[in-house]
Amino acid sequence: MTIEARGVVKTFGSFKALDSVDLKVANGELLALLGPSGSGKTTLLRIIAGLEWPDAGEILFDGENALDRGARERHVGFVFQHYALFRHMSVFENVAFGLRVQPRSIRKSEAQIRARVKELLDLVQLDWLADRYPSQLSGGQRQRIALARALAIEPRILLLDEPFGALDAKVRKELRQWLRTLHHSINVTSIFVTHDQEEALEVAHRVVVMDKGRIEQVGSPNDVYDAPATAFVHGFIGESIMLPVEVSGGAVHLNGRPLDLAAPGDAAGASTLFVRRHDMVIGPAGSGTLDGAITHVRSFGPVQRAEIALTESSAIIEIDAPRDRELKIGDRIGLKPRHYRIFASG
Amino acid sequence: MSIEMTLQRTSGTAAQSSHVESAARRDPRAEPAAVRIAIITLAIGFLSLFVVLPLVVVFVEAFGKGVMAYLSALADPEAWSAIRLTLGVAAVSVGTNLVFGLAAAWAIAKFDFPGKTFLITLIDLPFSVSPVISGLVFVLLFGAQGFFGPWLQSHGLQILFAFPGITLATVFVTFPFVARALIPLMQEQGTQEEEAAISLGASGLQTFFRVTLPNIKWGVLYGVLLCNARAMGEFGAVSVVSGHIRGETNTMPLLVEILYNEYQMVASFAIASLLAMLALITLIAKTILERNIDEDMPHDH
Repeated sequence: MTIEARGVVKTFGSFKALDSVDLKVANGELLALLGPSGSGKTTLLRIIAGLEWPDAGEILFDGENALDRGARERHVGFVFQHYALFRHMSVFENVAFGLRVQPRSIRKSEAQIRARVKELLDLVQLDWLADRYPSQLSGGQRQRIALARALAIEPRILLLDEPFGALDAKVRKELRQWLRTLHHSINVTSIFVTHDQEEALEVAHRVVVMDKGRIEQVGSPNDVYDAPATAFVHGFIGESIMLPVEVSGGAVHLNGRPLDLAAPGDAAGASTLFVRRHDMVIGPAGSGTLDGAITHVRSFGPVQRAEIALTESSAIIEIDAPRDRELKIGDRIGLKPRHYRIFASG
Repeated sequence: MSIEMTLQRTSGTAAQSSHVESAARRDPRAEPAAVRIAIITLAIGFLSLFVVLPLVVVFVEAFGKGVMAYLSALADPEAWSAIRLTLGVAAVSVGTNLVFGLAAAWAIAKFDFPGKTFLITLIDLPFSVSPVISGLVFVLLFGAQGFFGPWLQSHGLQILFAFPGITLATVFVTFPFVARALIPLMQEQGTQEEEAAISLGASGLQTFFRVTLPNIKWGVLYGVLLCNARAMGEFGAVSVVSGHIRGETNTMPLLVEILYNEYQMVASFAIASLLAMLALITLIAKTILERNIDEDMPHDH
């Protein structure tokens, strides 16, 4: 099933949660809504689910207006950040809930319900927990039960709100992979909300980056990382060095000094230079675009991180260099960006 | 399960207190023995004087002339009529306040709307108004000279000095109990489970009976219990609207006072002993319920 949002607006009091959002989700896609808190991502998800109503705009499922129908009739599987399992019901009854509340005319027999619940618990690999209560489960188990419960009604769309938000880092990693595999096997159009860029880039087919109620960029994980469309996306995804620069007549100036960088056509006036930390190449002093002195070096994992006080400005930047490059505190070096982007400020 | 937990808890505290005793000198939280004994004696002495002693006196007086006198006092038609009236009034008041309390708590806990704080204040009003005033309000409304008085008289409807008036006054006085018991519980639980139920295809009624109500059932019972205790024991408001018609509009508390004023000690205290027993049962049930409500509170966060 395809999902389409057209010009969706939602305000809470004076706060504009969604500011004319347009989005198309293809059939069978696994899409991530990524953004900082307050960016409107959860509001958009809840509007698609019918748990919230937009002030303006349309939501279409397979081209049909979904706003005609309430949450109950939309046939959407929703997984809540804090699981929202029914605390007085066993795991089995939680998963069976959606089947038991169906109108009598289409409700399955008790034997069919039991078989279906068993099948779902097998799918999430927790059939041995059927008689437990939610309070007796770990966070990761609760989240998987919440997913099994949402899948019980054979939803046409699966929506997950910060599905791994409340879990610890290790369980999170495991569940990420598991979610991708699961999506592959059930192939239901799915949207999940996250503020964790690693999660979005690792799991989703496409990533929607949101900020302040607007969509900043839609693209594959590679696109949003390698070709960020706006200053916000560049700053939000991956770690970037940001320097305030002046652009005039195609030339870039830092604190009045010209840099040997070409400015893209559209930037002019006060702008920001963005460079990925690992895209700064270290060379001998005077050989690069920027000059500076190393003030601090830390090594961890495959890289070493150096703090560099720039000669051109008072800024201190952090760069990532390969570990085999010898760096000493006090060394004067030149820096040349391998890739960079310049976005007009404001 | 719960018994096991209680056992563990008590054994845990026992171990802890013995530990405290052995390390009494070093533990900065432990008071000197003399202070502890003085405080405990004071508390127990006060409770004995003001709670246990009156309770004992009620039963001593009630059985002062033997069990037969006690039983015959209770078998008196006037006593029976008071008991029946009290049970009837309590049943209607509790039923009404259960519905209103649930609706009010639901509205306050699960929705945001203008005037919400004002509504919470209104719910508490009966607690802050003297019961006599509460009764008087109904006299002013439904009395012969009251607001609706002439209309009621012309239609032959009797509200004051009859069952409806007594019930109205009781409903008013006991309104806050159910709502007060449920509002914090429902606020704590939030609306996510209801949202989950609806997105799984449950109707409003299914959501209420399968998700909301089971989650608050101990809170509901708790509110009903306190509401019932107050409904049966209410004196002030009922006294104003009852009219004290013997054998007709006297509730148990009113009858206790009338019999006492007529120096019928055994009869008076026999009825009083029933109310005292109601209080004791309420107290025990309350303790059990409070333990269960604790289980209703979400612990996930």
